[in-house]
Amino acid sequence: MGKLTLDDLRKMRESLKNEMDKRDGEKDIRIVVGMGTCGIAAGAKKTLEAFIEDLDKRSLKNVSVKQTGCMGNCNVEPTVEVFMPEMPATLYGNVSADVARKIVQKHILERTLLNDHIQDKPSIDIVKH
Amino acid sequence: MPYKHYILICAGTACESSHAQEIHDNFIKEIKDRQLESDVQVVKTGCFGFCEQGPIVKILPDNAFYVKLKPEDVKEIVDENIIKGRVVQRLLYSPKEDKGRHQMTDVANIDFYQKQFRIVLRNCGIIDPEKIDEYIARDGYKALEKVLFEMSPTQVIDEVSRSGLRGRGGAGFPTGLKWSFTQKTSSDVKYIVCNADEGDPGAYMDRSTLEGDPHSILEAMTIAGYAVGAHKGYIYIRAEYPLAIERLNIAIGQARDYGLLGEKILGSNFDFDIEIRLGAGAFVCGEETALLASVEGERGMPRPRPPFPAVKGLWGKPTVINNVETWANIPVIILKGASWFAKIGTERSKGTKVFALTGKINNSGLIEVPMGTTLREIIFDIGGGIKDGKQFKAAQTGGPSGGVIPAEFLDTPIDYDNLTAIGSMMGSGGMIVMDEDDCIVDITKFYLQFSVDESCGKCAPCRIGGYQLLNLLEKITSGRGEMADLNKLFKISQAMQKASLCGLGQTASNPVLSTMKYFGEEYQEHIQNNKCRARKCAQLLKFEILPEKCVKCGLCAKVCPVGAISGDREKGYVIDQAKCIRCGQCLERCKFKAITRG
Amino acid sequence: MQPKTIRAKINGKNIRVPAGLSILDAAKQAQIKIPTLCKHPDLPATAACGLCIVKIKDSKKLLRSCCTTLEEGMDIITHDPEIVEVRKTVLELILSNHPNDCLQCGRSYYCELQKLTADFAIQEELFEKIVKNKTKDTSTKSIVLEPAKCIRCGRCVEVCQQIQDVWALGFLSRGINMRIAPAGDLETANINLAESPCVRCGQCSAHCPTGAIFEYDQTETTWAKLRDENNYCVAQIAPAVRVAIGESFGYPIGTNLTKKLYAVLRRLGFKAVFDTNFGADVTIVEEATEFVQRFAHKKGPLPLITSCCPSWVDFMEKYIHGAIDLFSSCKSPHEMVGALAKTYFAEKNKIDPKRICVVSIMPCTSKKFEIIRSQEMFSSGQQDVDLSLTTRELARMIRQAGIDFKNLPDEEPDHILGDYAGGGTIFGTTGGVMEAALRTAYNMITGENLKNVEIDIVRGLQRVKEGTIDIKGTKVRVAVAHGLGNVRYLMNKVLEAKKNNQEPPYHFIEVMACPGGCVAGGGQPYGVTDDLRIKRAQGLYEDDRDQKVRCCHDNPYIQKLYDEFLGKPLSEKSHHLLHTSYIARKTYLK
Repeated sequence: MGKLTLDDLRKMRESLKNEMDKRDGEKDIRIVVGMGTCGIAAGAKKTLEAFIEDLDKRSLKNVSVKQTGCMGNCNVEPTVEVFMPEMPATLYGNVSADVARKIVQKHILERTLLNDHIQDKPSIDIVKH
Repeated sequence: MPYKHYILICAGTACESSHAQEIHDNFIKEIKDRQLESDVQVVKTGCFGFCEQGPIVKILPDNAFYVKLKPEDVKEIVDENIIKGRVVQRLLYSPKEDKGRHQMTDVANIDFYQKQFRIVLRNCGIIDPEKIDEYIARDGYKALEKVLFEMSPTQVIDEVSRSGLRGRGGAGFPTGLKWSFTQKTSSDVKYIVCNADEGDPGAYMDRSTLEGDPHSILEAMTIAGYAVGAHKGYIYIRAEYPLAIERLNIAIGQARDYGLLGEKILGSNFDFDIEIRLGAGAFVCGEETALLASVEGERGMPRPRPPFPAVKGLWGKPTVINNVETWANIPVIILKGASWFAKIGTERSKGTKVFALTGKINNSGLIEVPMGTTLREIIFDIGGGIKDGKQFKAAQTGGPSGGVIPAEFLDTPIDYDNLTAIGSMMGSGGMIVMDEDDCIVDITKFYLQFSVDESCGKCAPCRIGGYQLLNLLEKITSGRGEMADLNKLFKISQAMQKASLCGLGQTASNPVLSTMKYFGEEYQEHIQNNKCRARKCAQLLKFEILPEKCVKCGLCAKVCPVGAISGDREKGYVIDQAKCIRCGQCLERCKFKAITRG
Repeated sequence: MQPKTIRAKINGKNIRVPAGLSILDAAKQAQIKIPTLCKHPDLPATAACGLCIVKIKDSKKLLRSCCTTLEEGMDIITHDPEIVEVRKTVLELILSNHPNDCLQCGRSYYCELQKLTADFAIQEELFEKIVKNKTKDTSTKSIVLEPAKCIRCGRCVEVCQQIQDVWALGFLSRGINMRIAPAGDLETANINLAESPCVRCGQCSAHCPTGAIFEYDQTETTWAKLRDENNYCVAQIAPAVRVAIGESFGYPIGTNLTKKLYAVLRRLGFKAVFDTNFGADVTIVEEATEFVQRFAHKKGPLPLITSCCPSWVDFMEKYIHGAIDLFSSCKSPHEMVGALAKTYFAEKNKIDPKRICVVSIMPCTSKKFEIIRSQEMFSSGQQDVDLSLTTRELARMIRQAGIDFKNLPDEEPDHILGDYAGGGTIFGTTGGVMEAALRTAYNMITGENLKNVEIDIVRGLQRVKEGTIDIKGTKVRVAVAHGLGNVRYLMNKVLEAKKNNQEPPYHFIEVMACPGGCVAGGGQPYGVTDDLRIKRAQGLYEDDRDQKVRCCHDNPYIQKLYDEFLGKPLSEKSHHLLHTSYIARKTYLK
């Protein structure tokens, strides 16, 4: 990709946004792993690898695994957020490699939330204007 | 087949202790009774926060948020909400009732379950920080577009000024004003610097921001470059942040590839580029003049101000220096406008503040709240309260430069001026929560030790004063304190505040002054009664054998490493306080709880 | 347009001062002295000590007056109970980190910390004593570092790095362990000062407010030499000593006390008293001859660079190897006197040179090292100069001997190595060597003396003085630098031209390591400022004016020396006794 002009950037942003919207609407499943220093220190790399291996083993082609920065829930690292159609976007904490495999089995295949690993923070949303 | 409803039950410690388990069991039972198992899943979750409102249940996808539930409420929820799809109004969380604490202004606008209202952390935990496309898709570099093609430099500075943004590095200097100084100083060369030398113990806001959203910083610095007429930026980051450095490097590379850094950005006539400079982790290099010295390759020692860096900074040239969090606000301010930003926060502190919440708190982590949020909301609502149900003692903000906030100020809205007024400071955003088991003198010693270790040693008040303060605190916590020492602590602290050259020294005694002010009696107890109420100061502890509980087994005498316990199985045992080294082994080994520590 | 003067208030008093002054300096004009231990008039503010704090009226914040510029309309409070209390606490803190063994300290009586403690009437030690690192570094035998006494004001580092460009001293470690030390003295390397790039100029010791950096004291050794009946002790005094010693005895700055010095040295027990000014006359005759050879007869490279300052020689040997061949081979004047005392004087007076002990009284710490710097300093068969004392050491010896210096009668020097021309005496100030050499070179080239021997363009305190001297139609380009930090500019030009085989930018360069020259040398009485440099130099220029003989070559004793002993300038004998050589040295010896 060469240097962008103003027009290039605007066009690019539009198409990226469309692509994202499309992706959200489709049957795609996204697993996002928090890969900040805190996450990595708590073992997020192993979690990420476990997801990739397990998905590979099960040939789940419509699931993508992505990394992101710190999600803020440092007491329950590694943290993972799962997005899939017809399921609430769910943030899991303390996701070891084992838990990662459970997420694939339970959440993605069986569409069941995993006990004891969900980290929801309604309070954070309430304490704001 | 997916479930139709999910019932999320908070299983945090506080909720667990107030019937959460019973509520959980009731839900399971009610669901089973109605044969809804295939439609509804009941799950336990980590702490929601809001522990004072517990037990708490949240139902998805309805987004119903029930608080203060009793086990007998479960039936109604299942009947009404799950079966009939009608939210049970009387059990919902009502911010109106809670108004006194939460200072809600516009209840109707609250969307309970949207993602956090985040400005600085808007992309953290959402985008892949190593992919510029994801940043661009979330309106990244749109503010830069706007600035380069629609705004004059003065308009940019005006926008930042009107937003009310103040420096997030600690002192809270108005950012727009700082920029305008640099803009107005005529010079052939000017610089933009990002202070990413985060060093407060317990603080990692900047690291997380850089790791999670590096492009936001690059975009902001470029905007500032355009506004003040600089073409070169430096990010000074500590070498201990390898991941942040790696991601910054990737981001700079990508931005250069796209022409978002370099010559003629986006086809405009503006050139700007950014380099990374690594710091060796000296805390004082977070002080802006020491940081600039370090970037120049000199020993990182503070320089007298004035002249201020905005007028005479890096290599003597006008330099805008802001910290990571300050920078991260800039693109949002430009895109959404100063007046939008200025609506958030309090009268003199606008926007949000990121805190790294740690210590004796259930949900430690990174949070972003609007200025004016109270400590109570942060600790009990977001933080989920104190670990193990202990008593809140104080919160420490501002790191080694700050002070403690005791319980009496839990409801003080947090902003720059309020924190300063109560003897602490905003600082960079570390917030460490203490409970009844923390000794205030010991904590003070910890912070002071940090400042003493990190003092560059250049100026006498800080170099010697800090060391002497530490000596005095050591004396007090080891039981050798005298009442006259309190005067000395005060005298030295004052002198350090008034006569130190840089912020490190001027604020290093804040923990002492603040804890003496709010917890003076604990100091006195240490000195006059040889007592540490938190039982943290080992040398003040007194181990004693309670004759009424002692079975005269003699195990304590056997394990005592210094032979301080004497007696026999006839008469029983006593501890010789003069010999005792307060290791606590006897207490640990006594099976009959016959030994006390006081 | 910036106004030239500004109006402000200090302690309620209206003042009008030139714009740009610091509050500290402006306060002096309101007769207010704000205490400081780190700010020195020679140096930029380091803002280290924290004592000079003041406040703007109705403001809570305290400012450092040393580095805050007074601005129009400011209303400054320099003394109020709060400020004084903070200052006192800071001073008490400094004292808690200082050995406070004043009675055993060489700096006692002249110590800035001691004086301030007395001013503040501090009578007890309030805080726990922290004194670490009691080792002394005496490796240079010129300057002694005693880190325990250091208050970390940073003056030495500032003067060593910024003024002298030597970079031998730096700050190491941090916090309470922060210390000044030979640069590179890390735990592993353990470099002492002699192994550092230090050129022993002693400016650090002259600027140190306490006894942390001090001359290597040799008064005891000198007394021992004097007491030993077998010794025939002779003394010589350097030009700059005569106009500075008086400050230690209450004379106005710049008073010329040459004849009292002759008297006092005899009272101390010296059997003969010579004058380094005589040596300066010899130096000029040798050096001017060297110059004329190179300049007029094209024998040897140009520019010719003066070599009478041992710190400058050391600096060149460590940092500017490309200039070795440009240096005059002349030894410094006191070395010439030493060599001549143990040969010419010894022969004439039939004294066994082994018995002669030459003690030089110098404004300089570097001379202590110079006297043993190479085998060429033993040209008489003995060590040519046995001991070199600083002006400060001589003052101490005079006091120890209980001599009422002020009321001493004037005396004359011992002849043949004691009488001098005006040209010799101005050696003690920047530009003086150049001026004296030009007077003689002019004569050597033209056969007649200058009508006006005073050459103004080489006088004064400008950092670098450049000019052209007309010797009957021949233009001689000269340059004078003082303060090693000002050398780089000259030498870069010279070396650049040399590299490109171009005409040298100058024909003759004089360098003195210390700012102002020897009058403000590292061994002179404390408290040097530019004002004081000018006054001391003025004393020397007046001494020059008072001399019947202004040109070194006209000194009858010089003519006698060549007639009786050396033959002619640059003769084999003078080469052997009066000249030396230079080698490239490593900047760091370790």
